[in-house]
Amino acid sequence: MITPAETLARAAQLRATFEAAGAMPVETPILQPAETLLDLYGEEIRARAYVTTDALRGEQMLRPDFTVPVVEMHMAHGAEPARYTYSGEVFRRQEHDPDRANEFVQVGYEVFDRANPAAADAEVFALFAQAVAPLNLRAATGDIGILMAAVRGLNTSDARKAALLRHIWRPRRFRALLERYSGRLDVSARRAKLLDGTLDCDGPLIGKRTQTEIDARVARLRADAAEPPLSDAEVDLLDALLNVRETVPYALAQLRDIAVDLPSIGAAVDGLAARADALSTRGVDVDALPFEASFGRTSMEYYDGFVFGFFSAQRADLPAVATGGRYDALTRRLGNGAEIPAVGGVLRPGLMLDLEAQA
Amino acid sequence: MSVKLGVPSKGRLMEKTFDWFGQLGITLTRTGSDREYAGAVDGISGVSLVLLSAGEVPRELAAGRLHFGVTGTDLVQEKLPLWEQQVEPLAELGFGHADLVLAVPKAWVDVDTLDDLDAVATAFRAAHGMRLRIATKYHRLVREHLRHAGVADYALVDSQGATEGTVANETAEMIADITSSGETLRANHLKVLEDAPILRSQATLWRSRVAEVSDADRTVAAALIAQLTD
Repeated sequence: MITPAETLARAAQLRATFEAAGAMPVETPILQPAETLLDLYGEEIRARAYVTTDALRGEQMLRPDFTVPVVEMHMAHGAEPARYTYSGEVFRRQEHDPDRANEFVQVGYEVFDRANPAAADAEVFALFAQAVAPLNLRAATGDIGILMAAVRGLNTSDARKAALLRHIWRPRRFRALLERYSGRLDVSARRAKLLDGTLDCDGPLIGKRTQTEIDARVARLRADAAEPPLSDAEVDLLDALLNVRETVPYALAQLRDIAVDLPSIGAAVDGLAARADALSTRGVDVDALPFEASFGRTSMEYYDGFVFGFFSAQRADLPAVATGGRYDALTRRLGNGAEIPAVGGVLRPGLMLDLEAQA
Repeated sequence: MSVKLGVPSKGRLMEKTFDWFGQLGITLTRTGSDREYAGAVDGISGVSLVLLSAGEVPRELAAGRLHFGVTGTDLVQEKLPLWEQQVEPLAELGFGHADLVLAVPKAWVDVDTLDDLDAVATAFRAAHGMRLRIATKYHRLVREHLRHAGVADYALVDSQGATEGTVANETAEMIADITSSGETLRANHLKVLEDAPILRSQATLWRSRVAEVSDADRTVAAALIAQLTD
């Protein structure tokens, strides 16, 4: 059994490694204003984070991760470029799996640097790969930015692209939208009546949503109905893209093929190639490194570029030992107009010790 | 020790539960005055009756203080995480039918499905600077349902009663509540989304998987199950 003291000692070691790599150690409060996290993640965060309250400050959450407070701190008064490291406990409410920890230690490393995104991605990945190297973990990498670029390049309305982008991280809804936009779903009789203006409504308007808002949505629905369906060819290309699952060199070759018909992903694929070079320079064996275009779509909501994770191959039941990625959009959301490219990741020293003890 | 059977202490739910047991040869009665929550069991020995609120039955089953209990599927699934590990459904009693549904103002002609709700919730947040509020007392069930459906831009507000009135009072934009006939919803100018309900519920007899049983209790429990589920 690993003791808390052992976990903290390992956390301190890891943090020292990150400091040696140039990061400044930072602390963040355990209690976070609930409103920020709710704004960012929506009501779902309540299923993942513990909420507490007092009469003065209202709802507070026990930090479910460090990324948000560290980004806020940097956006408020950070120098540029900046590298931070931290270690401490995070708290995760568990409603389904009694074997998952609801409180564990994380050690993180975050880079805020405009100069060279590929190099910053590689720097973070290589540091984490080194830290977990003795554990022989399975690495996974992906790039949400390629999928986002593909959606932006679709031959369809801005409203449809915006809806698809909003649901990049919710594959089920993303799929439902694609089916609707490609004309594969039937329009209900009621919806058809609404669109042609023959629907009667007998209810008085109650609540805060105004008639103007309803009329505007009906207008949007009509505009959308007039929009030609997404072509099968485009949907097939998106599917082909989502199915890319190869080592990095082969994934690059496949993506370049797809980019011939989907030129909008060209720059993002070039970015992947630049990252592969930067990883090579850092000593990562890129030829053996897996790349999955769909990786990071379900659980890593704020990542919008490079994503990575390290998993135990023997203990598939365990959560990731390390995860990370690029989150430029998050800095925009939290920065009140300011933004800065950012990439980082977290490690779980407790899991590392567990795996070492079993080895 | 005896085998403890928990039954709703009030109203039609209690009467219908008593009837259901009666038809299977087990007579449940309230004893003492009208206000005293005490009861008796005839037709099987070793079983004692506990009268309590239907809302407390799930917790008591999960704590092992009841061996058997009657309450709605909705209450068990809302109140007990991993409910399958804590209780086992033995029989559906055929009454207390109710669906947990999402309902929006009838005047929202552009909202028929969760697909629409997702689009409208995002537009509402952009227009009002706040998330679209859903009044409910079934927080867990609603949240999981909406997460599964990929709807994100909403906020749950707690409503323990008169939930249908919250929209007109502008404390919520829509609701998630239990309905049987839909009459209260209609009277409050609300309509149910066309997708399948979040949950179909009815009064159900449950067995606690965690309650301790002595050897004597085990025999009684087996006899009770045999009599009720044959």
